[in-house]
Amino acid sequence: MNARQQHRPTVRRSPLRALAVRGAAVTTLALALTACGGGEDPLAPTSAPTATGESGGDAPVVVGSQAYYSNEILAEIYSQALEADGFEVTRQFQIGQRDVYLAAMTSGEVDVLPEYSGNLLQFYEAETEARSPEDVAAALPDALPEGLTVLEHAEAQDADSYTVTREFSESNGITSLADLAGYDGDVTIGGNPELESRPYGPSGLQELYDVTVDFVAIGDSGGPLTQDALRDGTITMGNVYTADPVLAAGELVALEDPESMFLAQNVLPLVAADRAEELAATLDPISAALTTEDLVAMNARSQGEQLDAATIATDWLTEEGLLG
Amino acid sequence: MNLFRDALAWLLDPAQHTGAGRIAARVLEHLGYTLLALAVAALVAIPLGYLIGHTGRGRQLAVALSGAARALPSLGLLTVLTLAVGIGDAWLAATVVLVVLGIPSVLAGAYAGLEAIDRDVIDAARATGMTEWQVLARVEAPLGLPLLVGGLRSAALQIVATAVLASYVGLGGLGIYIQRGIALRSYDEMLGGALLIVALAVVVDAVLAAAARVARTIAAPARQPAVHTAD
Repeated sequence: MNARQQHRPTVRRSPLRALAVRGAAVTTLALALTACGGGEDPLAPTSAPTATGESGGDAPVVVGSQAYYSNEILAEIYSQALEADGFEVTRQFQIGQRDVYLAAMTSGEVDVLPEYSGNLLQFYEAETEARSPEDVAAALPDALPEGLTVLEHAEAQDADSYTVTREFSESNGITSLADLAGYDGDVTIGGNPELESRPYGPSGLQELYDVTVDFVAIGDSGGPLTQDALRDGTITMGNVYTADPVLAAGELVALEDPESMFLAQNVLPLVAADRAEELAATLDPISAALTTEDLVAMNARSQGEQLDAATIATDWLTEEGLLG
Repeated sequence: MNLFRDALAWLLDPAQHTGAGRIAARVLEHLGYTLLALAVAALVAIPLGYLIGHTGRGRQLAVALSGAARALPSLGLLTVLTLAVGIGDAWLAATVVLVVLGIPSVLAGAYAGLEAIDRDVIDAARATGMTEWQVLARVEAPLGLPLLVGGLRSAALQIVATAVLASYVGLGGLGIYIQRGIALRSYDEMLGGALLIVALAVVVDAVLAAAARVARTIAAPARQPAVHTAD
């Protein structure tokens, strides 16, 4: 009330100043709102580092995840295992895509996040030649910015693939991308719009497998729309991820990639370098146990049974004897 | 602004003007979805809006329903509908989504245009012996035209902006550049695509603004003769 009474004379004196005052009020409000959400805003580049200075000790471990359900399950596995080992854990899940959460990690807001080796490497080295799990893992430490490192990678992969229907595969005898050169029909591939510009997109297929393809952009990352397009023949091959439970059902088949066009995408923890040592004792055994089949099974439970990440994570950890 | 210079360079790059994915083709796709959806929205909403405005009934229902339609998340609706009709007919799903988005504005423009007319004018028209159809066609429709065109303008803007989603279900359009630009972190492409959408929105709006001026000249002289010419 008081503030309003004080503003009134300024309104009369000069409309411009009134505007400025109102603008200032709006800005203050916006700042106040930003400040409230500050801890959760992964874009804020200068937000105070959260206790990263004092490595070790009792500072809580901040575990992050991508905005991808399967990644959240992995983050939940890390979190529960860390809690079982006596760490205090803060969960900061669903932090968007790579740009955003990597900014949060380099600024020290997040300490651990489940990553995929190939995509992480390609983010920092777009032209990398590494393809196999070993090569990618070996190239990572040098590629990462200072302050970030990776721990042991799991055998589990969630990689790109070109997937066809079982019917197409059987009636044309095509089980590998190399078989496509001998296929007479037209090949149309479907995937996110960016696939068209990726090294494993149409240009990669042309170069490594001698196949000319048409491209249709379907933006759901190999999800139900892409799979639907495969079934109704709109596309011949879809860019579906290998940990998608639909591949376990058998109706769709991922083609083999003998020329290693796709990068290996092993699951591995991306961690703040100053906490790597204390976290490795807990996270390395998880990576040693995690297989692609486990990942597919957990994704299937999430999509099919609609279970939450925490339940799925607890069940897997218990099964593997990794809790306590 | 380096980013803007990069975006302009991207727009002028000959690579964007050749092949199946050239800018002109994307603009035409985008414009096609927009105009189709706007036409269908107009076909559905104008008669309905006139009915509401002329009879004065059903306004509450229309307000409630169009409020609900505005609240529907377009991307979710698009995904569900595309899965329902099959991705081969994704254009149908996209059109429905854009029509649902456009209807509230057109509907509001149509009935508000009729409601804004001075009741004396309409009573006078009836008193001269006009049938209800004549009242609607010769008095209400011309006088309500400016507000109706306003409704069409705001619907067109929303549809142009939301047709970006077409690229999500394999339909192309200008959304491709934005979605791909985000994923590849090629912000020149993303901003270039956004500028194209803005330009398209401005052009569509300018065309409809010209239509609005014509509508006002139709509405203004109609005020006097509408009452007198009827006999």
